[in-house]
Amino acid sequence: MRNWADFETVEGAGGPVLRVSGPLVVASIAPLDMRLREMTTLAAIDISKVSDIDTVGAWSIWRASTELDAKIEGASDKAQRLIEAVSNAKSTAPISPVRPKALERVPEAVGERVTEFATGVKDMLAFLGLTIMAFGALIRHPRRFPHLALVRQLELVGVSSLGIIGLMSFLIGIVIAQQGAVQLQQFGAEIYTINLTGRLTLRELGVLMTAIMVAGRSGSAFAAQIGTMKLTEEVDAMRTIGVSPIERLVVPRILAAVLMMPVLGFYSSVIAIIGGAFIANFALDIPFWTFLSRIREVVPMTDLWVGLIKAPVFGLIVAMSGCYQGMQVSGNAEEVGLRTTLAVVQAIFMVIVLDAFFAIFFTEIGWA
Amino acid sequence: MSNERADELMHEADHEAHEVPPQFAGEFPIVIENLTNRFGEQVVHEDLSLKVRRGEILGVVGGSGTGKSVLMRSIIGLQIPEKGSIDVLGQSITDAMEDEDIDIRSRWGVLFQGGALFSTLTVAENVEVPLKQFYPELANDLMHEIARYKVRLSGLPEEATSKYPSELSGGMRKRAGLARALALDPELLFLDEPTAGLDPIGAAAFDHLTRELADTMGLTVFLITHDLDTLYAICDRVAVLADHKVIAVGTIPELLATDHAWIQEYFNGPRGRAADTTYHRADEGRDGQER
Repeated sequence: MRNWADFETVEGAGGPVLRVSGPLVVASIAPLDMRLREMTTLAAIDISKVSDIDTVGAWSIWRASTELDAKIEGASDKAQRLIEAVSNAKSTAPISPVRPKALERVPEAVGERVTEFATGVKDMLAFLGLTIMAFGALIRHPRRFPHLALVRQLELVGVSSLGIIGLMSFLIGIVIAQQGAVQLQQFGAEIYTINLTGRLTLRELGVLMTAIMVAGRSGSAFAAQIGTMKLTEEVDAMRTIGVSPIERLVVPRILAAVLMMPVLGFYSSVIAIIGGAFIANFALDIPFWTFLSRIREVVPMTDLWVGLIKAPVFGLIVAMSGCYQGMQVSGNAEEVGLRTTLAVVQAIFMVIVLDAFFAIFFTEIGWA
Repeated sequence: MSNERADELMHEADHEAHEVPPQFAGEFPIVIENLTNRFGEQVVHEDLSLKVRRGEILGVVGGSGTGKSVLMRSIIGLQIPEKGSIDVLGQSITDAMEDEDIDIRSRWGVLFQGGALFSTLTVAENVEVPLKQFYPELANDLMHEIARYKVRLSGLPEEATSKYPSELSGGMRKRAGLARALALDPELLFLDEPTAGLDPIGAAAFDHLTRELADTMGLTVFLITHDLDTLYAICDRVAVLADHKVIAVGTIPELLATDHAWIQEYFNGPRGRAADTTYHRADEGRDGQER
């Protein structure tokens, strides 16, 4: 049982008098305060029987006394002190900022998004320009080239992602071959599973899935790393020393992604084909080695070129949006998270849009 | 009608809410005995003992890395010590399980170094968090009013009430943190370097505010600081941490009487002497009427 503040109303000379007893503290005030708010007339509040008081109790009594124009009687020294303190601290400020109505808020938000998108495209192009200029500067001053950073990024983007990309590709190869075979078997064309697996992975899926994986693994890391460096003012420190953050931070990352993407994409395609061959061996009775040697006959060389041409472009997009979003971070830690998410979403979206363009383009020039 | 509702409310609160013990009446709200803290090989505290008196402002000083913050974290139950016992308001922190010491938690307030405000809530909403946690039976109106006056009590302007922490300066964030620490009218207040990073005027104002609130609300304050001015201006006693222990506790004149090298260097260095002079000047000015 909690020890609640208690009270009784007695008739006094000038009207009803409220006699409060028990503790008048935050833990005991709720019922009393509730009833005080419902009272309409009160001549005085007698708190001489109160056993203990804190600022919340003092506030409640003081609020009621000013609202009902009642006198406070029998206040101890402590009560007096507290009542004075809270009365000096009264305020009518809102608890949270006033939100505009939904009818105004929604169009405003939509408009904001549209303009943000437009400026985002413009800023990103500007960022691309800056990066190209930094490249030019590095070619003119090769001694400034950040070799170590590049090697480190090559390792992070490329070597350390071999495991996960390999596993993913192997499983995708299995899925394509197995599902393709189920459909092709219906008209006795299961031998075309080899064409399907080989061409699809080399032309499309190998590079596309790798780009998505690199966006998730490295694009996000770029945004978070650079964003955190912006928050801790490392980027500003670089600028004041005369080191260009674009040269030091952005160029090695973009270069690493551009160089590593073709390699990873090719690797992914090869592993996917091996995955397809593996499942064909068991499910379709096509021997493993036959599957692999048939690949050479049914996949035209142009399929490989299509994949290899797309890969560095995707790498550029992924690394660019990661670095760009990282450099846009300002304010607080929450921003780093938002920008990282944005970097990944933007990168994957742009990669897929561009992939559609590439698909049509290569078919039109006859590399079908 | 209203009486029934109030009765119902009391009834509900009695079922759900925790018991609220009466104010602590003993002499020492914080008692630390033979505390040992260790991070791997590194010993932070060894056989540390300290008693904090009721109603005092105890300043805790020590060089960097002597474990002032670790000591505070141990007392408020964030750091589980290796050995020793800590009693807060007559209850053992070291023996309590995770949720057992919850009724002590409603009786202390903590101001972390950076304010540690919840960044997605406004200042007032920050103040309401502990109120809602411990006293959900409070009416919304009252809750908002409490938040408002606590914000003003902590020396913030009215406009700060509905602002988000990211919109506040460092000094205002500390005051907002103090408002949240005082939300429940605690008996104990822990302050971790409250004046660090404030300009001298802001720091002096914060010191003054601490003293005033401690006097008005009858708080016991555990104050970690590097600020000599704070020690001279508002602390009743000072505890010195060195060599993994509390090597001395007492008023500043008492500490000056000891011959420990670090204490002498600390208080008799150029900054210590400057603070001493200021304090005496100020003290003569107000003729000791403050305390």
